Amino acid sequence: MHKKTDLDTGGAGKAPPAIYLKNIYKSFGAVQANRDIDLHVNAGTIHGIVGENGAGKSTLVSILYGFYTADRGKTEIFGAPVKLRSTADAIAAGIGMVHQHFMLVPSFSVLENVILGHEGRGSLQTGLEKATSELQNIAEKYGLQVDLHALVKDLPVGLQQRVEILKALYRGARVLILDEPTGVLTPQETQQLFEILRSLRAQGVTILLITHKLKEIMAVTDNVSVMRNGEMVAHLETQKTSPEQLAELMVGRPVLLTIGYDSAQAGDICLQVEHLSMRDDSGKNCLRDVSFTVRRGEIFGIAGVSGNGQSELLEVLAGISVIDAGRVVIGTTEMNADNPATPAEVKELGLAHIPEDRHAVGLILPFTAAETAMLGYEERGATRNGGTFLSPDKITRHCEKLMTDFDIRPADPNLKSSLFSGGNQQKIVVAREISARPNILLVGQPTRGVDIGAIEFIHKQLLALRDAGCAIILVSVELDEILNLSDRIMVMNAGQNMGILAREDADVQKIGLMMAGLENAGEMAASVASEQEGGRHE
Amino acid sequence: MADLWMQFLLTLDATLRVATPLILCAMAGLFSERSGIIDISLEGKMLMAAFAAGTLAALTGSAIAGLAGAILVSVMFSLIHGFACITHKGNQVISGLAINILASGLTVTLGIAIFAKGGQTPMLSREARFSSIELPFAEAAGAIPVIGPIYKEIISGHNILVWCALIAVWITSFIIFKTAFGLRLRAVGEKPEAVDTAGISVSGLRYRAVIIAGILCGIAGAYLSVAHGAGFGREMTAGKGYIALAALIFGNWRPVPALAACLMFGFLDAVAARLQGVEVPVIGQIPTDLILVLPYVLTVILLAGFIGKATPPHAIGRPYVKER
Amino acid sequence: MNKDALPRWIDIGLLPLINLAAALVVSGIIIAIIGENPFVAMGVMLKGAFVYKGALGYTLFYTTNFIFTGLAVAVAFHAMLFNIGGEGQAMIGGLGVGLVCLALDSLLPPLLVVTVAIFAAALFGAVWGVIPGWLQARRGSHIVITTIMFNFIAASVMVWLLAGMLMAPGQMSPETRSFAEGIGLPQIHDVLNAIGFSVAKSPLNFSFVVALLASFGVWVLIWRTRLGYVIRATGHSERAAIYAGHNPAHIIMIAMAISGGLAGLMSLNEILGVQERVILNFTSGYGFTGIAVALMGRNHPVGILFASLLFGALYQGGAELDFEFQTITREMVLMIQGLIILFSGALAYLFAPLVARIYFRLKAPSGGGNG
Repeated sequence: MHKKTDLDTGGAGKAPPAIYLKNIYKSFGAVQANRDIDLHVNAGTIHGIVGENGAGKSTLVSILYGFYTADRGKTEIFGAPVKLRSTADAIAAGIGMVHQHFMLVPSFSVLENVILGHEGRGSLQTGLEKATSELQNIAEKYGLQVDLHALVKDLPVGLQQRVEILKALYRGARVLILDEPTGVLTPQETQQLFEILRSLRAQGVTILLITHKLKEIMAVTDNVSVMRNGEMVAHLETQKTSPEQLAELMVGRPVLLTIGYDSAQAGDICLQVEHLSMRDDSGKNCLRDVSFTVRRGEIFGIAGVSGNGQSELLEVLAGISVIDAGRVVIGTTEMNADNPATPAEVKELGLAHIPEDRHAVGLILPFTAAETAMLGYEERGATRNGGTFLSPDKITRHCEKLMTDFDIRPADPNLKSSLFSGGNQQKIVVAREISARPNILLVGQPTRGVDIGAIEFIHKQLLALRDAGCAIILVSVELDEILNLSDRIMVMNAGQNMGILAREDADVQKIGLMMAGLENAGEMAASVASEQEGGRHE
Repeated sequence: MADLWMQFLLTLDATLRVATPLILCAMAGLFSERSGIIDISLEGKMLMAAFAAGTLAALTGSAIAGLAGAILVSVMFSLIHGFACITHKGNQVISGLAINILASGLTVTLGIAIFAKGGQTPMLSREARFSSIELPFAEAAGAIPVIGPIYKEIISGHNILVWCALIAVWITSFIIFKTAFGLRLRAVGEKPEAVDTAGISVSGLRYRAVIIAGILCGIAGAYLSVAHGAGFGREMTAGKGYIALAALIFGNWRPVPALAACLMFGFLDAVAARLQGVEVPVIGQIPTDLILVLPYVLTVILLAGFIGKATPPHAIGRPYVKER
Repeated sequence: MNKDALPRWIDIGLLPLINLAAALVVSGIIIAIIGENPFVAMGVMLKGAFVYKGALGYTLFYTTNFIFTGLAVAVAFHAMLFNIGGEGQAMIGGLGVGLVCLALDSLLPPLLVVTVAIFAAALFGAVWGVIPGWLQARRGSHIVITTIMFNFIAASVMVWLLAGMLMAPGQMSPETRSFAEGIGLPQIHDVLNAIGFSVAKSPLNFSFVVALLASFGVWVLIWRTRLGYVIRATGHSERAAIYAGHNPAHIIMIAMAISGGLAGLMSLNEILGVQERVILNFTSGYGFTGIAVALMGRNHPVGILFASLLFGALYQGGAELDFEFQTITREMVLMIQGLIILFSGALAYLFAPLVARIYFRLKAPSGGGNG
């Protein structure tokens, strides 16, 4: 915007690269997470790294941030060879990082979080005072305003991310690594973040953006490197590539970015939600007066930034959380504040649930696959005649069948659940729930942390189930996933239903504004869309 | 009436004496637990320290040597706890329990081997103990009404370790809330990842915390055998480490409230001792066992959230493992 | 990763043995430091535990205590609850036995009284276990702290009762009167002598049989019933259990009730098997030893049987040390116990990396030979 920094320092070749990695290797036990990695990031540019889950991106940036030590390889920062043995080394070398999961102490103030580890000499008080003025300068320079005395736990995620950036800059970062920074943001907040990144670049900060979202790479980076199976497979100039090319490089074969969709044959209403409200344990209203209906044979998508009530909605429908007001009718059975239903009762009504948090909820990691495959279906799936005693034979056979039907690998029922890949773990959960032949299926983040192959498989399974007449309620923070699969889309913000769009009427701009809490987004979207078409496709 | 007032003052005096090891241990626990390491081994460390102090004071005739030995031994056991919990990411409760049981066995075994007195250490002479410090004019001041007896009975006549305990509360409070180290310590108990990514060693901080805990438990142990008592006796800590832990929880992991809880528990103990066997009109003999059990009952009630709410450090009990 | 890759026999067989060996080595060093020969001491203990006439009976008598308290800790542990309250639960279980026997021994036939007393032991222990369970499940109290507190509370209650309203008239020590004639459990040596085997007198009694049955029962419960599955599932992930349609609060309370009940049954061995009256401190720390037993036995009934036998031998052999040595007493056993908890509990994987390295080095050549 202000000056043409990127071109000056970029291709010239005189200035040393901000990051230079050569032959980096890293293994965890038998797993080779990074193999012979080379990376060259020009100073003052935004450089993207894309790759599937498990491609080794996180390991690589963890090495760069001194979190892990590389087994082999050479690292140079701004031309100076460095050994990054600890995070402290990385910070001293001018590297800052914004982690996917924020590294903030929730009960501390913004100020305390920022100075942690860099308190300065003298008393804590003088350190805090000195930092205050310095931070105000930084905040002004880069447009990163935050209330320094607010407690981090009281801030919305977007601001927490800002604190993370502020923290890195305060510690003198000249290279800023962002690991999947947009997962928790609305499309508009994402745009704001990109503005901040561009302004940082204008001030000479080098940025390394780790993401699996190709659109973001296309929108904001200057150059991009692609990783697959722990290796670097390509370095490209962003302008000279396309999402299709990147996707093919990531997966190693051509991929369809959108799955074939046939319109649905929706049937009778099988789920009604009326004026549903709920408070969480801390008393916060996490669902406010939500109403909608779902028919058999349709996929009802729920879009929203994570933490806006979608998770709670799924939990209410699954009988896990208790309704405070309003009602839910499944078939002909009603649940409300006076007649709460338990997960077991809801299951009896033909409802199955693929939970959002696969590791803590969907699976029991130390259990064998066979034991995990009976979770929630102990009576039907694991006992002789629904009695008290388990039948090991039946448990194993049930799991073997699921493994064949859903192509779960390795097909070993006695293998610990924790030892399967993310995609296969998710397939175990999907297989278990679908094999229960539900009338209604709740699906939360079905493809989070899942490789592209398994994503395709799971999407096809969901569409097939829909065509068989099941009603599917799909919650995902991946807007593309919602848009690809859903017949109708409800957008949630702050626990409210912001509106329900038919598939034909849904587009990213409109949904984005609704996700940000703007009502009447329908009309506004058109005007904003024309201003902001910049980095968007379609 | 005057007699009752005197009785009350003497009870307060006893409260301070009984509460001293509780205060020191509670502060020890505070450092450890604020850093995220559960410390149920306060009891065992204090017992080992009391034994070390009693032994060394008996052998050398020096109370200071006893104190130094107590601190050394207690810190050694802290380091075992640290090695298991920090370096090897073992279960913190199990490690603490192991130390407590080990201390029970080891003190008696070593005691018999050294002194052959059934696990006790010999009675210490006056010189080998920390003696009471009579403050100036205590005797004379005693005659002044109201304030005089308070000065004479409660404030004067304590040994140096009692003062140590009170100062320890102030120092703890200062370190935890007013220094960079304290900020980091609180952070590592709440969210160790934040500390690690700030370039500070989580293990380093936690080791420092358990070492400080060791020092404080060492002083508490020395108090029992070479200041308050005149030698070490089997199981002489008698659950005080656990009461200190209860006081720490009661004080919600904050120094001054924890001090208050220690004083309250000490007061209950002192009252029970005073009422032992006393016939009270109407009620009859007061069941002192039931007074002594109050700290435990109150802690259970507090933990259950019936009075107030105890909020432990967020990352307590969780070994820090870098996530992939 | 490495840990998972180790074969089962190393993980559940070799490593615990190495840990045990480490604890014994350290104990040996301490014995050497205090001027005794550790090997001689070990010999004395082994003879005391197994060789002398009646020794095995005594060893198995102690073993019985540890099976109960070890199982108690293990069942709670499968629900990821650390029940440190076995000591208190056993005390209260003994109180239950005492109350039943004192109240009924003059009214009902002995067999009936003993049967009721066995249930009372389990029931009282279960109640003392389920309260901390309830506090954890419904009020969020940390079970470790609550059970510690409950041990102290139980001890105070026992002192208060035994030195007060339950104290036998004319007695000076805090204990109840003896139960009526015939109120007690059959002694194993009586039974064996009656059917023709000549066995030395020992306190080993019918409780041992109950303990073996309890072990089998716990195995079936944990690995072969839906309840056991749900207990384990709840232990690993409460949220997963809720999702699967179970109520963790109930499961926690059930697990703690079973755990407390098993600990309560320990009192049978001491109260109905030997004392035939309630005395103070009859639990003698066996509740805590149960933690060591469960840790060594990896919370599996078979492992617990072996670990209980080991501790039974340590206790019985430790008593022998008292006679043979001037300088070693049975507190030595407490020390060894502490070291065992340290090595097989808190430092359970201390030697795992080393063993893994050796294992893979030994394995590597054969793997390479094939390829």
